Amino acid sequence: MIERADVAIVGGGINGCALAYELSRRGAEVAVVERRSLTSGATGRCGAGVRQQWSARENVTLAMQSVEIFEQLSQDLGADIGFRQGGYLIAVHDEEDLRQAEKNVAMQRSLGLEVDILSPHEVTEIVPILDVEGMRAIGATFCPTDGHADPFKTTYAYAEAARRQGAHFYRFTTVTDILTDQGSVTGVRTDRGDLSVPVVVNAAGAWSKQIAAMAGVEVPNVPYKKEIIVTERMARVFDAMVISFRDGIYFSQQDEGQVLGGIPPPETVTGYHLEPTFSFLQHMAATLARYAPVLSHINVIRQWTGFYDVTPDARPILGPVEGLEGFIQCHGFSGHGFMLAPMVARLLADLIVDGAGSPILESLNLARFEDMDIEQEHSVVG
Amino acid sequence: MTIICRCEDVSEEEIMKAIEEGCRTLDELKHRLRLGMGPCQGRTCLPLAARILARETGQTMADVQMQTSRPPAVPVALGLLAGDSRD
Repeated sequence: MIERADVAIVGGGINGCALAYELSRRGAEVAVVERRSLTSGATGRCGAGVRQQWSARENVTLAMQSVEIFEQLSQDLGADIGFRQGGYLIAVHDEEDLRQAEKNVAMQRSLGLEVDILSPHEVTEIVPILDVEGMRAIGATFCPTDGHADPFKTTYAYAEAARRQGAHFYRFTTVTDILTDQGSVTGVRTDRGDLSVPVVVNAAGAWSKQIAAMAGVEVPNVPYKKEIIVTERMARVFDAMVISFRDGIYFSQQDEGQVLGGIPPPETVTGYHLEPTFSFLQHMAATLARYAPVLSHINVIRQWTGFYDVTPDARPILGPVEGLEGFIQCHGFSGHGFMLAPMVARLLADLIVDGAGSPILESLNLARFEDMDIEQEHSVVG
Repeated sequence: MTIICRCEDVSEEEIMKAIEEGCRTLDELKHRLRLGMGPCQGRTCLPLAARILARETGQTMADVQMQTSRPPAVPVALGLLAGDSRD
């Protein structure tokens, strides 16, 4: 392991690797320390959707900027990340839903997002296998520029590009302490030696709480166990991600043809538990079969689990903390870390290298939990 | 060319190249190549891939950590899992 660098990033998921790329592109010497392999946490287990339809204005802006980067990313990184824009179709179930959808769509359009409210007929034009009655829906909202990317390809493409720019990656290396001196970060201690750095980024996903605690910083994040299934491959029948905030379901057909999706498990489990449950599998299968009856004939080949790193307002915690110079937070994505990573990495790299702040970073600072003025994001699935 | 993972069409040459590029575990081979991600869920290919990994990285078979096995044990139709429940 090298002895010193400009920035140490704890966590080799999409956010750690994207940030390593953006920092090294700006000339900083970066070391990423990852306890297992890259993508081994939430990144490699996620649905990998990229959505811009949010209820909180800041999330729409951040997601739109991320999509703009995603559109160029294969070219920028020199490797295909599997980004496909098949849109997100969000079920509208009743009049109350419709009023919220109209409010969201008006706000999203005011920011320049292309998004529409669909009739039941238009829903089945876009995703022919849907049974609108079975969904208990009266319509949907649809944004054609939403989509998904391959989480493995994207993360590895970022990491490879970062490596070409001089970034160091230490996999299978565990951070055991954050070293500080008189209110400033001085380094990280690992099971393979110490690394001296003036800046440490906490991008450890569901384990960020533990990393923060090593620096004496308390964060309000809670890990939630989430479950997901994948089917065998079939011929391409739909391009959109289908989701419902009421049922909490999301599913899409991936590049290779498999259908992948999740839903909140019937029993909520917090803490570091990764066992898959039969009750989830049954609930997911029943709901998916109700949404798209034709999928009843398709085989499920695997179910697995991962964590949402959830904050009290379901929005990430980004940027510096009071009282410890050089300790930068990049976690608490609450299930949306993959889709936001490209833009978040740029914002944090600008902050770390140039000291450039931004209103969005300020609004997502850890300090917001000290006052009551919190804008809750309601548009969460899975 | 020797095919190791029949479901995802991964050859021995591709596995060797990924190891040369730095892959050290079966999980990393999976991330890079989709090894073991198809309908058989690695039941055919993983022991073969583990052997190649051990040989190329100087580990014993016992050192090579197997991928996590997850349900269902065999592919099951979605409709069968949905059963009679009315979610």
